Amino acid sequence: MNEQRKHWLLRTENIRKLWMLFIAILIATVVAGLFVHQHEAFGIEDSLGFYAWYGFITCVGMVIFAKLLGLFLKRPETYYDTESDMGSNTDEAHHD
Amino acid sequence: MTELLFPPGLLLVLGGLLMPLGMKIRNGLIFILPVLCLVLIWSAPADYIVTFPFLGFELEPIKITSTGQMFATVFSLMALVGGIFAYKQASTLELSAAFVYAGSAIGVTLSGDLITLFIFWEIMAIGSTLVIWAARHDAAYRASIRYLMIHLFGGLLLMAGIAGHVVETGSIRFEALSLESISQYLILAGFLINAGAPPLSAWIADAYPEASPSGTVFLSAFTTKTAVFTLLVAFPGAWLLIPIGIYMIFYGIIYALLENDMRRILAYSIINQVGFMVTGIGLGTEMALNGAAAHAFAHIIYKALLLMSAGAVLYQTGKRRCTDLGGLFQTMPWTALLGIIGALAISSFPFTSGFISKSMIAQSAADQQLIFIWFALAAASAGVFLHAGIKFPWFVFFQKDSGMRPAEAPPNMLLAMTVFAALCVGLGVYPDPLYAILPFAVIYEPYTAAHLVAQFQLLLFAGLAFFVMLPMMKRTLTISLDFDWFYRKVLPATGHTGLTVINGFAACLQGMSQRCINSCKSAFKSSRLSHYHLSESWPTGSMVLWIGVMLGGYLVMNAWF
Repeated sequence: MNEQRKHWLLRTENIRKLWMLFIAILIATVVAGLFVHQHEAFGIEDSLGFYAWYGFITCVGMVIFAKLLGLFLKRPETYYDTESDMGSNTDEAHHD
Repeated sequence: MTELLFPPGLLLVLGGLLMPLGMKIRNGLIFILPVLCLVLIWSAPADYIVTFPFLGFELEPIKITSTGQMFATVFSLMALVGGIFAYKQASTLELSAAFVYAGSAIGVTLSGDLITLFIFWEIMAIGSTLVIWAARHDAAYRASIRYLMIHLFGGLLLMAGIAGHVVETGSIRFEALSLESISQYLILAGFLINAGAPPLSAWIADAYPEASPSGTVFLSAFTTKTAVFTLLVAFPGAWLLIPIGIYMIFYGIIYALLENDMRRILAYSIINQVGFMVTGIGLGTEMALNGAAAHAFAHIIYKALLLMSAGAVLYQTGKRRCTDLGGLFQTMPWTALLGIIGALAISSFPFTSGFISKSMIAQSAADQQLIFIWFALAAASAGVFLHAGIKFPWFVFFQKDSGMRPAEAPPNMLLAMTVFAALCVGLGVYPDPLYAILPFAVIYEPYTAAHLVAQFQLLLFAGLAFFVMLPMMKRTLTISLDFDWFYRKVLPATGHTGLTVINGFAACLQGMSQRCINSCKSAFKSSRLSHYHLSESWPTGSMVLWIGVMLGGYLVMNAWF
């Protein structure tokens, strides 16, 4: 599709601008952290950008963990589709 | 003084049963019943109790407590706005069942004794099953039967627990129970099953997404939050609830990350959110309990909003898988916008309802110096944004262009979503009305500079993680194994084998008895007895006739002499 006919949100140049804006906001939140004092219950919350790196790292960790778990747990969508054939096939004829 | 003679929950149950009488009656009742119910709940004087003698027990079918009032309020609100969402599109069966379901949930929140609670608890199971049935397709029917089995099992545990508790203590009062014997643990287990606790968590993501677009909205609100209410009343501060809650939080995140079906993503995130509430109840301080209650209130609203937005997409496109969706913001901008508001609220974004409720739970963990729980809750808050806050809107409304250009959602659906979106933002900006109806007085200020900065850092960097990790989150056409594997795969397989063994055994027995009978027959035939007159004719009728004649003869002789 022509770049100009796309929705403005989907144009490559605007996506780049959005990324720049997003990164600017991210930096702003970390800088803002310098000016407020976090109440320290555990002695780490007031270090520079604690919530930023903690949020980022735990999320990356959760995605990777989910991905690894998916190797064991993922099955095709039709996995359970045969269940109606098991055991209940004799009853099926008597319905209605 | 205003007299509250009629249980508000029963009003909705009976009103729901009247809905099939006609389209006009149904459409009127959708609005009248919840409003009337709200009036009843709030016109009752504080600590109002109705007692009713029954089988030597003193039942309390209506007991107004501040916690119960709060839950009953949000349930009534849910029935009203859910009714608006379903107004044109849902079947009468679904609406009728949904109102019975909502009414019984309200009945639980206003019951003062365990017997009343149990009765409403079971009506809830029936009502919700009927809501799933109303989708009227084969997968929904099968899922609803699995759903019903889990809830009947939960009800069984609850019933056994209540019976034991009554025998031990002689009290049927529904109040804080101490975990002293197996009875209280059974009651706890019964409540936890409805909350979606492990190991039987799979029923939520299995059954709810099979209901109709509006059916899932109703289902998301009542069962799990009624369980939260009962836990809040009966087991505040039970430490066992903390690990269970933390497990539920991360279970919800991980399974939602693996999921492809948009409504199943949201179903997993119900377990995640209820996990926060269960953890709060386990922490047990006044602030934590307030947090759990406030979070339940806020959660019902934003979760319904999210599922309404997903429901509108399903209604307009007929698609529910992330792999089939994408780019819908172009033609469904309002559904997208309102859905995003719900997504921000579930992520506890500042100035939404999640921000002012969930933070109380984390704060009370910090106040109690529970370092691991606090760190887990902080990671989980970031994880909520990851698995629901961004994942749902991104894959449904943005992502790639699916090529679909569905029309905007019908006006009644948009209206319902707008009402709830307004509440999400309204409560976030002005939390005082919600704080005023919480179980305890609120000594908490959510809007401090430190809290705002912390939350923005946490959530926005979670957002960064989402987009950085996007290649790893490519959706696949898969489902994920869960505990239900045991009763959907192992049990039928063993059942199948078991049936074959039993059938073989039965055939063997039959053969043996047949041989036995045959040998008796031949022995009889070869004996002299078979030559007598009555033995010759094989039909038993003649023999019975002659026996009858003989017995009659005896009778006559008896009377004669």
